[in-house]
Amino acid sequence: MITADRKPFEDIYSMTEGYDSVLVAGCDTCVAICLSGGEKEAEILASEISIKAKQEGRELTVEHTAAIRQCEWEYLDTIADTVGGFPLVLSMACGIGIQSMAEKFAPKVVMPAVDTNMLGMPQEHAVWLERCIACGDCMIGLTAGICPVVRCSKSLMNGPCGGAHDGLCEVVGRNGEPIECAWVLIWERLKAQGREELMFQYRPPKDWSKSSSGGPRKMVREDARPV
Amino acid sequence: MSDDAPRAGSTVADLPAEGAPAVPANEGFEPEIIVFACHYCAYAAADLAGSMRLQYPPNIRMIKLPCTGKLEVIHVLKALEAGADGVYAAGCLEGQCHYLEGNLWARKRVNHVKTLLEELGMDPERVDMFNMSSAMGPEFAQRARDFTERIRQLGPNPVRPRDGFEPAEVVRARMGDIALPETDAGADEDLTPTVAPAAEEGPER
Repeated sequence: MITADRKPFEDIYSMTEGYDSVLVAGCDTCVAICLSGGEKEAEILASEISIKAKQEGRELTVEHTAAIRQCEWEYLDTIADTVGGFPLVLSMACGIGIQSMAEKFAPKVVMPAVDTNMLGMPQEHAVWLERCIACGDCMIGLTAGICPVVRCSKSLMNGPCGGAHDGLCEVVGRNGEPIECAWVLIWERLKAQGREELMFQYRPPKDWSKSSSGGPRKMVREDARPV
Repeated sequence: MSDDAPRAGSTVADLPAEGAPAVPANEGFEPEIIVFACHYCAYAAADLAGSMRLQYPPNIRMIKLPCTGKLEVIHVLKALEAGADGVYAAGCLEGQCHYLEGNLWARKRVNHVKTLLEELGMDPERVDMFNMSSAMGPEFAQRARDFTERIRQLGPNPVRPRDGFEPAEVVRARMGDIALPETDAGADEDLTPTVAPAAEEGPER
């Protein structure tokens, strides 16, 4: 799922400068599951903004709403009337939802209240781990279901490098926690699968043309298009 | 901000000179305090305090919950947004929650509200969480006295409306049926919902 982190309150509040009313729009799919931007979080943010404005003696109308998915036109229709009444929308959806809002309701000003950060796996309640970067050229069939592109700090195709020690990467994780060496994990699981020989195959450089560089990607399913 | 500067939101002096809502001076200030009280402990403790003829300030407005685990971040924020000067949750002693860990969840949520208040420039001391059993009437009264005094020192909530306000009613309205009606307290009243008999299974599909 897509995960996001709410921006610091100060940054969000500064976006409301110059406006007398603001709508906080949550999205009840991915960002709701990762507890960053669902209806619940939208109401909390709206309340915070309201408290801050009152503290400053500022007249600011703050309301909140939520769409089941901000990334789909049909769901945006369900909040169109509410959105119409506000000159500024603070969207708590992922980058896709925010852009959909901005496009659907253009030229209304839609600003991001969250930072979309990864495609994460909920490892346990309230903990998400990055597991995919949508590179467009999946190779985990050869690596025992473990993605070296995202889980190896160097995204090596032919690992491990010399920096693995006791199963850990020489790079320390962004949160200060150790990172498991993806290639050690791959080796262990390939062994368990009896497919060690895959480890000794040389893999040519990855075809990054299918990834996010080089303009936005587009996917069309002609067979499913409306007749 | 220097260390000796008052924390934003903590005193009347923090308010901007112009455009700010008028607030009563600290002197003679009677705080409006919302207490989210668990049916099984704090609410019963308050009842006991009453039975024991213990004095505690009339500033507190109790909202009875089936468990403090039902308390959410937004409930506390709504209370403050509506002008409450202080808010606290009173749940069972740790390890004695009727629903096992509702009080532990409540503490986490209250702590989260504290971090949000810091972001807002409002004193996090305006919110807190206390634990007590239903037998702790004197402790309930003492907590109420101490917290009321704490809020009296902090001064009015900077967002307190100029005119009459009923933060407890605003919060009740927001909480809907999560807030229990005020009835005689008593842990002997079991709030556990009756489990409906399983519906007859339909034909296999």
